Amino acid sequence: MSKRIDVKDLNVYYSKFLAVEDVNINIEAKSVTAFIGPSGCGKSTFLRTLNRMHEVIPGARVEGEVLLDGDNLYGPGVDPVTVRSQIGMVFQRPNPFPTMSIRDNVLAGVKLNNTKISKGEADVLVERSLQGANLWNEVKDRLGKPGSGLSGGQQQRLCIARAIAVEPQVILMDEPCSALDPISTLAIEDLINELKDQYTVVIVTHNMQQAARVSDKTAFFNIAGTGKPGKLIEFGDTPTIFSNPTEKATEDYVSGRFG
Amino acid sequence: MTSTLTPVRKRSALTKGQLPKAAPYIVLAVALVLGAAILALIGFNAFGWAIVSAILFAAGLVGWSLVVEGARKAKDKLATCLVVGAFLAALLPLFSVIWTVLVNGLPGLLDPGFLTTSMNGVTGAFDNKTVEEGAPLLGGIYHALMGTLLITVLATIISVPVGLLTAIYLVEYGEDRALARAITFFVDVMTGIPSIVAGLFAAAAFFAVVGPGTKTGAVAAVALSVLMIPVVVRSSEEMLKIVPNELREAAYALGVRKWRTILKVVLPTAISGIASGITLAIARVIGETAPILVTAGFATTINTNVFSGWMASLPTFIYTQILNPTSPSNPDPSSQRAWGAALVLIILVMLLNLGARLIARMFAPKTGR
Amino acid sequence: MTTTSLTKSRGAGHVGDKVFSAATLAAGCLILVVLFGVALFLVIQAFPALVASPDKIQGGEGFFTYIWPLVIGTLIASVIALVIATPIAIGVALFISHFAPRKLASGLGYVIDLLAAIPSVVYGAWGVAFLAHEISPAYNWLANNMGWLPIFQGPASATGKTILTAGIVLAVMVLPIITSLSREIFLQTPKLHEEAALALGATRWEMIRMTVLPFGRPGIISAVMLGLGRALGETMAVALVLSSGALTASLIQSGNQTIAAEIALNFPEASGLKVSTLIAAGLVLFVITLGVNMIARGIITRHKEFSGAN
Repeated sequence: MSKRIDVKDLNVYYSKFLAVEDVNINIEAKSVTAFIGPSGCGKSTFLRTLNRMHEVIPGARVEGEVLLDGDNLYGPGVDPVTVRSQIGMVFQRPNPFPTMSIRDNVLAGVKLNNTKISKGEADVLVERSLQGANLWNEVKDRLGKPGSGLSGGQQQRLCIARAIAVEPQVILMDEPCSALDPISTLAIEDLINELKDQYTVVIVTHNMQQAARVSDKTAFFNIAGTGKPGKLIEFGDTPTIFSNPTEKATEDYVSGRFG
Repeated sequence: MTSTLTPVRKRSALTKGQLPKAAPYIVLAVALVLGAAILALIGFNAFGWAIVSAILFAAGLVGWSLVVEGARKAKDKLATCLVVGAFLAALLPLFSVIWTVLVNGLPGLLDPGFLTTSMNGVTGAFDNKTVEEGAPLLGGIYHALMGTLLITVLATIISVPVGLLTAIYLVEYGEDRALARAITFFVDVMTGIPSIVAGLFAAAAFFAVVGPGTKTGAVAAVALSVLMIPVVVRSSEEMLKIVPNELREAAYALGVRKWRTILKVVLPTAISGIASGITLAIARVIGETAPILVTAGFATTINTNVFSGWMASLPTFIYTQILNPTSPSNPDPSSQRAWGAALVLIILVMLLNLGARLIARMFAPKTGR
Repeated sequence: MTTTSLTKSRGAGHVGDKVFSAATLAAGCLILVVLFGVALFLVIQAFPALVASPDKIQGGEGFFTYIWPLVIGTLIASVIALVIATPIAIGVALFISHFAPRKLASGLGYVIDLLAAIPSVVYGAWGVAFLAHEISPAYNWLANNMGWLPIFQGPASATGKTILTAGIVLAVMVLPIITSLSREIFLQTPKLHEEAALALGATRWEMIRMTVLPFGRPGIISAVMLGLGRALGETMAVALVLSSGALTASLIQSGNQTIAAEIALNFPEASGLKVSTLIAAGLVLFVITLGVNMIARGIITRHKEFSGAN
């Protein structure tokens, strides 16, 4: 239940402004890939193009191909909605639906699309998803309570449970720990390690230690200056990127000399 | 530079040159006494006493402050007096309005049959009898109450879907297109339409389409809709805008379609604000008189068919009972009915306003643990 | 690769998207159509009055001669209302935003909003039944002591049903509107600015002069303009309170008339060309209020650009 992603010659534009230029990257199935780089280098923008969420931003568009096991996300007749049900996303700030209970939040992806699901099946799905997000034991007694009553870290795991409940092929995470305290961050990092047994995980992070801890491969993005497009500088095995990078810019960044 | 340092200081240097704390009360007492004395010379009345005392109080306090504290503090005191004075001056007529309605309206409202009978067959002769022979007051507002409720409900049925869908278009689909900007602009224009012009429009449209002199409850409902739609659009738009984009993105990222995202995520999140906005819009149009006057005519009988015949409403009932009393020689029964109707109308409006608050609180997303 | 897993659309949902977005679009367009209809129908129905020979119009001297006194009357009543209401409203707004204790302030704000919701016919009834009667002695005093001013020329109306009374009733009506809008603006004054002024040793009034009022000035102007729009279009209060007549300079005699009240009083019994005349009068009123509202909106928009608020 996981697929690989291959990106070919991808450019991202905001209206006329070229935000990310010429990215080529191959993301293996059942692996964790981290995107690192300074602020504004386009890594979050690029992540959004992997499930067409950039289309939510007015004026944003792409050129190039993103292949999910060989199927182009941007091919003619491809519905972004179908893309997103196969490639889930977890956001920077936890965003459970405030009008729904914890249980309904987990089922949101299924229910919102009006898919018929029996109560028994739903119970199984809720438990499996919350177990998968390491949240089950903390919330099993209050599934009917609003999700916004949880702590920040719990909310973020709820959002992960919500993402895996629709059984995606790939999970994208956009700085999932940036709004969390260290203990909650640790819980999420543990979870990411478990998730890669079943899913392809792509994570954007500002925290290089985090990238080193959780990822198998790391991609370093950089920007030449304000107004210039972001670029993929280097992509390789995480240990290599952090200990023995080929590019000077990567070495400067991971050793903390800029950024 | 003469040294004024004194070895014994009774008061801190920081409180030097300040009026004592009790100053306002002292001045107030003096002003009240002086005010009473002045009024006693020219004929006493409570209203005059209040005004003269207030002026004396302000002058006294500011003058004293000027002497002791200097010009800056005195100016501050003057501004405070003026602001508080403005507040009290504003309360006066506003409470007078409510008091007048309560005092004059209660006898009418408590009259048996006031809420359950219409004006059908009630003529000046009966009112003359009431005044001259003490016969019970006849006639009520049932027909007007029904008319107001029916017209308002119909206007709501027209306005809410149109207004809400437009707001959704502007927030979720508009994306700053020329059409969206045009709609925003013209909704602004619509909010400024005087109510009587809205009534004229509905009348003119129905005169042109159905036939001259078409006056029914439905025409009035259309006129009220013209007034109500922009209010609904505005308030719903504001509420939809403050739904965090993160929630929409969360739903999209789950592979949920846009229309389902709007219906199941965005609207439920904003529903409390939207519902209270709609309730306030209803409160606004339920008291409109002018548009109904030119669109539904007057009726003294019960008419529950909004699509045919003249229809009464509470505001027009008040208006006609005051301006053209049923019995011109004895207008008191008519004015009692008018005040009763005004009280009912105010109660309706207040209930709607309170309802809007309750709705906002009840539907608000729960954040409790 | 013709059919991939990504092009297998889940049928029904797609149609739902199209239908729903079309419905919202249609609603938006309906508003445009309605507004266009307002203009069109009013112009069509008013047209006969504009082209009719002058002697057929009420007064016998054409539409312009008929409408002119009404426009002036409307302006007089509205100006009286604003002159009275503006300073008091700003005072009340300042009281709620910067003088009253916190706990009291939100309650007072709510009371003001409630007062704005009282139907105009009730204000009109209060004006004719209470205010006109109570205020007529004051008119007598004005006529006796200030009669040398044209606006207070006697003899004063015995019933008190004058344009000044109507203006006062309008002032009471627009007071909550101006107050409520100004209060919103005053509360938005950046706390940083206020604290900077206080830290310099300013008294409360100096702080307000230095920060609150300059920040709120465009907001106050637009609030006053919106109040003016409301006063211009207000019908019932004037129709009930004013004993109308020909245009006069004196504010304390009966006489004068406003467009809105003229329509309300005559439309129910009008027929033929009279209907057209009244609708044309309505059109004039619409144009005036539209202009006032446009200016108010313009001020608000410009203010937004300068304040840097989003």
